[in-house]
Amino acid sequence: MGERHLSIKSLVMYYRTLRGEVKAVDDVSFSLPKGETIAVIGESGCGKSSLAKSIIRLLPRNVSVYKGTILFNGLNLMDLDEETFTKEIRWTKITYVPQAALNSLNPIIKIGDQMIEPLLLHQKMSKSEALERAAKTLKAVGVNEAFLHHYPFELSGGMKQRVIIAMSLLTNPELMILDEPTSSLDVLTQANIMNLLKSIKKEMKISMVFITHDVSLSSELADKVAVMYAGQIIEFSDAEAFYNNPKHPYSQKLMESVPTLRTDKKLGFIPGSPPSLLDPPRGCRFADRCPFAFEKCVKDPPIMHLNEGFYAKCWLYEKESP
Amino acid sequence: MSSPLLYVENLKEYFEIRRGPFGKRSYVKAVDGVSLTLAGREAISIVGESGCGKTTLGKTILRLYEPTDGKIIFRGRDVTHLGWRELKWYRRETGLVQQDPFGALPPFMTVKRILEEPLAIHGIKDRKEREKRVYKALERVKLTPIEDFINKYPHMLSGGQQQRLVIARSIILEPKMIVADEPVSMLDASVRIEILKLLQDLQRRYDLSVIYITHDLSTTRYFSERIYIMYAAHIVESAETKEMLVNPLHPYTRALLNVIPDPDPSNRFMIKEVPIGEPPNLINPPAGCRFNPRCPNFMKGICDTKEPSLIEVGKGHYVKCWLYD
Ligand SMILES: Nc1ncnc2c1ncn2[C@@H]1O[C@H](COP(=O)(O)OP(=O)(O)O)[C@@H](O)[C@H]1O
Ligand SMILES: Nc1ncnc2c1ncn2[C@@H]1O[C@H](COP(=O)(O)OP(=O)(O)O)[C@@H](O)[C@H]1O
Ligand code: SF4
Ligand code: SF4
Ligand SMILES: [Mg+2]
Ligand SMILES: [Mg+2]
Repeated sequence: MGERHLSIKSLVMYYRTLRGEVKAVDDVSFSLPKGETIAVIGESGCGKSSLAKSIIRLLPRNVSVYKGTILFNGLNLMDLDEETFTKEIRWTKITYVPQAALNSLNPIIKIGDQMIEPLLLHQKMSKSEALERAAKTLKAVGVNEAFLHHYPFELSGGMKQRVIIAMSLLTNPELMILDEPTSSLDVLTQANIMNLLKSIKKEMKISMVFITHDVSLSSELADKVAVMYAGQIIEFSDAEAFYNNPKHPYSQKLMESVPTLRTDKKLGFIPGSPPSLLDPPRGCRFADRCPFAFEKCVKDPPIMHLNEGFYAKCWLYEKESP
Repeated sequence: MSSPLLYVENLKEYFEIRRGPFGKRSYVKAVDGVSLTLAGREAISIVGESGCGKTTLGKTILRLYEPTDGKIIFRGRDVTHLGWRELKWYRRETGLVQQDPFGALPPFMTVKRILEEPLAIHGIKDRKEREKRVYKALERVKLTPIEDFINKYPHMLSGGQQQRLVIARSIILEPKMIVADEPVSMLDASVRIEILKLLQDLQRRYDLSVIYITHDLSTTRYFSERIYIMYAAHIVESAETKEMLVNPLHPYTRALLNVIPDPDPSNRFMIKEVPIGEPPNLINPPAGCRFNPRCPNFMKGICDTKEPSLIEVGKGHYVKCWLYD
């Protein structure tokens, strides 16, 4: 693998709730070379958005545990205090498009004013400088700069999403975290946004963490794939290997449940549902749904390294570990 | 094929809207001249993007809306303008499964009461008989062991189980036809197929026809025999599923099929061709072909002036586009 741009080790993030501790991110590790995209896929509630928030450190109030290592260009972000992190990392080097961001635009403030606010605030730019930057960025995402003077309600869903992507590009970030950026859009609009993200990736060489529940869609951007299940990454793989030959039983079952348009296949599904994150099983968290479960699976499987830093968290791969 | 179970001709559903109490009257033409047929035990799908009129079409067919114009013939009977007494018969013969199972279920009723209610409404007074039917429905949707579910409330069920319950309710009167309106779009991938297979199983085993409404073309391959593509309140193409997928003719269908990904790592190296713009509003749709402002095959003077009609170009393959006329 090339130079490691982002390298996450043993990241943990729990929420405190009235019913107990929600283990939303529970010992997560992966790494990503510069300019590449990792797709984080998994079903709703498995912890994808929580993972995104813990990387960009936008933690809800009720977070009870937050620990691990996040190496970014060799620097451990966990060592930075909040002030430094805000000044040097969040919204500058690392930007974030939250889930359902479409609804986050303020309907009664002009697009331009919403775009330049962080530039004025964090980057101490002058207003004219900031507006110029905003206009340039809008153009780069295929939106006429005249829209600077429009209100969000005057834009279609696809246009709004372009504006939101432009906002996350304003500071020339090195890493973008995109949480389900097309999930409320129609197929053609979605395809348009995916085209845009592909060209951003290619031309601006920005690394991306692309979060989605849609396995087919993930292949539109992914160089690397991380499959999340019940708060953990259970497979981390190279795109070529993953889409052709997923290793973890959960990944295999998930892939079986993806209908394909161009080829016939036998569709499968996974009976049952994922465990509660309040009190996940001690052993393998997929064990009660896994067709291959055996005695050993009552113990928590460690990460089994496959090749080149990729892994599956499953006892079936024990022998292949070095 | 003998006479179809359902025959819909030139169906229209317009919603009147006014801006302000004395504002000008205008109409959202949500369904604007749709024709289709459904045979007994057949599953068809209606595919299109949000706002194209799918839900309105489904609900109008079920007579949950009063049709503006056109005809609905069900089992040889004209149901287009049935009065409420006869509508009760039609309600018993048909069912609806909606997108959001939780929203469709009354939160303070147990599974048992939810399923007994339609039976009571339709005059099944004998408690034992009702119970028998409830058990049968739960078995059919595989909410088993029944004792584990029958006294539960909807919030105690998973999303997939809730949708099974909605399906059980929709089939409890043993209808001949159900409209399943995006029945799995709120569910996770691993559960979707389970629910769609259940619907297919019911269709094949119990003499049921299904109108499957979806924006997801990739599932239609597995769960329907015929596809109707809807754009801006019109059906623009219809064909048998396999034929549609290998030989799409309408530029809109082609665009849809072209952009929907299969899980394939080479996708990331390809920029896809996507029609410009967005679907039109249905108050003032464009003249001529409604897809004309976005169409890569647009022919000036033809496509923007005259509306093409839906014509048969191959066996059972219909398309509404000047390229083929
Ligand atoms: N602020 C919060 N407080 C308590 N629990 C939360 C909070 N945010 C998310 N969760 C829970 O954490 C788990 C993971 O949620 P999330 O990260 O949103 O998953 P995903 O994005 O994969 O759907 C879920 O069980 C969710 O209910
Ligand atoms: N009750 C209603 N009154 C007015 N307009 C409606 C009503 N229901 C739907 N519409 C409009 O009709 C069009 C079609 O809507 P719908 O049938 O819900 O489409 P779909 O199910 O394909 O998303 C939309 O423009 C929608 O806003
Ligand atoms: S560890 Fe065991 S239960 Fe878990 S996925 Fe592997 S084989 Fe299945
Ligand atoms: S009628 Fe004309 S504009 Fe409409 S789809 Fe056909 S070629 Fe395109
Ligand atoms: Mg999420
Ligand atoms: Mg709808």
